[in-house]
Formats: sequence, structure tokens, C-alpha cells
Amino acid sequence: MSMRTLSDVAASRRRRRSTASTARSDRIVAVLAPIGLLVIWEIASRTGVLDMRFFPPPTLIVSTLVDTISSGELVRNTLVSLRRLVIGFVVGGVPALLLGLTMGLYRPVRLAAEPVIAALYPIPKTAIFPLLLLIFGLGEGSKVAVVAVGVFFPIVINTAAGVLGIERIHHDVASNFHASAFQRFRRIALPGALPLILAGVRLAVGMALMLIVLAEMLGGRDGLGFMIWNAWQTFAVERMYVALVVVSALGVVFTLLLKEFERIVVPWRTSR
Amino acid sequence: MKRMDNVTRTSTTLAEPPDCTPDEEPKIRIRNLGKSFTVGRDTVTALDDVSLDIAAGCFCTIVGPSGCGKTTLLRILAGLETATKGTATIRPGPAGRPANSMIFQGDSIFPWMTVWDNAAFGLLMRGVPRKEVRETVGHYLDKTGLTRFAKAYPHQLSGGMRQRVSIARAFANDPDVLLMDEPFSALDEQNKTILQEELLRIWEETRKTVVFITHSVDEAVTLGDQVLVMTARPGRAKALVDVAFPRPRGVLALRAEPAYGELVFHIWDLLKSEVQQTLEPSGPMT
Repeated sequence: MSMRTLSDVAASRRRRRSTASTARSDRIVAVLAPIGLLVIWEIASRTGVLDMRFFPPPTLIVSTLVDTISSGELVRNTLVSLRRLVIGFVVGGVPALLLGLTMGLYRPVRLAAEPVIAALYPIPKTAIFPLLLLIFGLGEGSKVAVVAVGVFFPIVINTAAGVLGIERIHHDVASNFHASAFQRFRRIALPGALPLILAGVRLAVGMALMLIVLAEMLGGRDGLGFMIWNAWQTFAVERMYVALVVVSALGVVFTLLLKEFERIVVPWRTSR
Repeated sequence: MKRMDNVTRTSTTLAEPPDCTPDEEPKIRIRNLGKSFTVGRDTVTALDDVSLDIAAGCFCTIVGPSGCGKTTLLRILAGLETATKGTATIRPGPAGRPANSMIFQGDSIFPWMTVWDNAAFGLLMRGVPRKEVRETVGHYLDKTGLTRFAKAYPHQLSGGMRQRVSIARAFANDPDVLLMDEPFSALDEQNKTILQEELLRIWEETRKTVVFITHSVDEAVTLGDQVLVMTARPGRAKALVDVAFPRPRGVLALRAEPAYGELVFHIWDLLKSEVQQTLEPSGPMT
């Protein structure tokens, strides 16, 4: 029995010691893995193990990145896409936020809007792009519209759910202290639902990036999606990778900005 | 109005308890108040025919077995629910002063607001000038020992501290009547005693009319000028007991009084049969 206990203690010590060193090695792995992968890619591509036509070596992609930046092409296309993303986000996100808050606070609005949203939400937003092209034409309108439609749903659904998640007692307090309708929106519903709203915005970012790239591929003369499509048509694969890297970087930057924003506006959740 | 600062806690300067015999114009008038809910096909009567007058400046506590509708009674007074019969009216006070503010059972302060914003909630909703809000909130945060925590968020506070915020919020709103729904029931014994003491101290400053719901006979006797004992569901007024202990009261000192024990026993005696009724298997569900 005592032997058993001793070995147990030893085992738990081993475990404890390992957690400290695991944290360090975890970080090393997290940094080294992508670098290692790039090195292997570079070697494989240079030696012909990977077909250079489809998988150009990372160094070549970087030099193309530098070229497209200095020629202004990459910056211009990135800004064009960014502008569409931002306008689309505002056009789709603001009504989604307002409708979501209203749905959360007023049962009749919720009962009316819920089935409509439930019916429209599952339609792939890519499937309605041709319709948007018909309505808004080949210009900016259709691209902004598809982003707006794409961000609308995750934000409206999460906002309504966020307001519904607010404890009943807090609504009672608002009633007892005679909060006006606007004060309920501003001081109860919006801050109370904010953590879930921001989760919805995070989902919306991914959706928006996917849709903008697709929209620019199908009916665009500029933008990152157009760059990718154009690279395919001219078989300039490095340029395709450059655009892919920028799209991915946009996603990372948006996510980081959102996290920082959340830290500032939801101090009551994150500061633990 | 008797003020706190010139009252010391010696027997010679004890203030008289307020006269709680309701006159022609009580602050709160409850007449044949009833409330029934529909649950499926059944109608459940939570509150059945309660009549009560509460004089201005009186601290009235209400005890009753679980499910006797005492919270419903308070929620009707607070305007959060409507009665299905009878009336409950609060006689309007000076213009611009809210009729009532409620201290809720459980966690009712907003997790997304700082302690200060929570305490200021009622005043901000009423559009009170900033300067006045700052003064009033500062005063009550001071009284509840929360000044140091003004910028903290509720999740950083203990349960007792959070309930203090709720007390500060209600007092700062300066209502005509304070409604309290078992505000200390979630607290441990020590915190409960301390908060009862603090509540009495703050209340002494203003002597607002209070309706205080509790399931604790001790608490009802310690705090109240009169105790309404309610019957088991459907709730009715069973007895109104006067508690003539002088004020200001010390929560612990009071417990040492023989008269205190007698009164608690007397009220328990009134309650006993009602509580037993709720325990019988054939009795009404809780």
C-alpha cells in the first residue's frame, strides 16, 4: 500500500514538472512548425519533389509579393476589397444589430422575424450572388450587397440570442427604475448582448472574406478575388499565392482587432 | 425627521418607534388584492384577498410560508405584475420622486456596469442632473462601504458586496417607498447580520416607508415596526403583529432582549400551522 502511494506521488511530480516544460516546448513547436513547413516546401519545390508550377517556392512568392507591392497593384487591389468589406459590413451589420436588439426586446417582432430568418439563413449566400448581380449590376453594388447579406445573418441571430440571454431580473430592474425604450436598448440590451454580438461579428468576418473573394472572381475588374482569378487565367501562380496570403492576413488582422476591441468594450467579461 | 447624526445608541436618547397605526391616509393601501395564474388548464391562486394599510415612515415586514404569494404582492406594488382583483396603491409623494424602488432577491445588479453606474442607475434613468447624481451616489456608496469599489465590476465583488450595491441603487433613487424582496436570503449568517445592521442605519436617515419580504421570522422582528403574517397558499393576511422595540435598533443587542424571543416565538406559533400545511402531501404545491 505504501509503495503504491510513493509511486503515485512520483507520478504526480513527474506530471507537474512536465506541465512547466510542456508550456515552453508548446511555444517552440508553435513557432517552429510553420517555419519548418515553409523550409520543407522551399526544398521540395526547388528539388522538383513538388511541382513548381503549382507550388512555387515561398521565396519566389515573397519576391512576387515585394514586386506587386512596389508596382502598387497589390495595395490597390487590397484597398478595393477592404473598402467593399467595410461598406458591406456597415450596410449589413447595422440593420442586423438593430433588428436583433428589437427582436430580443419585443416578442411580437421576434415572432414575426424569426421564421423569415430561419427560412432565409440556410440559403448559401453564394447561390444568391447571380440574383444580386441582376439587381445591382456588375459594379460595386452587387459586391457590397453580397457581403452585407452574408454578415447580416450571423449578427442578427447572435444579437437576438444575446438579448434573450439577459436575465429576466435585469429587465425587471429596468422596469422598476422606469428605463425608457431607448435606455433599455442602450443600457441593457446592447451591453448585455455584447459578448454574443461580438462572437457573431467574428463569424461574419469569415463569411465576408469568403464572399468578397467570390464576388470579385465572378464579376470583378479589381480586388483580391480578381487578382486570384486573373492569376489563374494568366497562369501566374505566384501572384495567386500572394493574394491568398493577403486574404489570410486580413482575416488574422480582423480577428486580432476584434479581440482587442472586445477587451475594451467588455471589461466585465474579459478582465478576470 | 429624525436624523442619524444626533442620535446615539444609549437607552436614554432612543427615538420612539414610528406610530404605525394607519390613519385615514396610509402611504400604502392594499384592498382585497388577489392574483391567479393560469397553468395549463388549472388556475393557481397565488394571492387571495389581502388587505393592509401601511402608514408613512413605517417599516413593514411580511413573513409567510414559501409560495404564499408574498413576492407576488411585492411585485404588484412595484408595478411589475398586475393584480387579478383588488387594488394596491401607493399614495403619491412630492412631484418628481419615484413611487417605489425595489431591492431584488438574488443578483440583480448589472454585470456590465461598474458599481458606480449600477448605483446611479435609477437617477440616470430619471435624467437627474449630473452633479446631483454624483453627490447622491457618492453618499450612498460611502454609507454602504463601497466607495473603494466604485470602479469595480460586479464579478469582482462578493455576494454581500453585490447586495450592498443593490441597496445603494434603491436608496440613491430616493423613492417614496422601498420594496425589498428577501434581499439577504442568499447571504451567509454573518453577512446577513452585518447587512441588516447597515440597512437599519441607512434607513434611519430617511425613515422611508418600507415593505420587506422575508421567510425569516428573526429578520422580520429585527427589522420591522410591524410584521404581517401570511397564510399558506392561497396567501391571505393572517395577523398583523406590532413590534414596539425602540429605534435605532442594534441587531445583536435586540436578540438578547427577552421580549424579542417572546415575539419571535409568538410569530412562529402563528406560522407553524401554515408551514405544516405546505408540507402535507395533499396540500397545495409549492
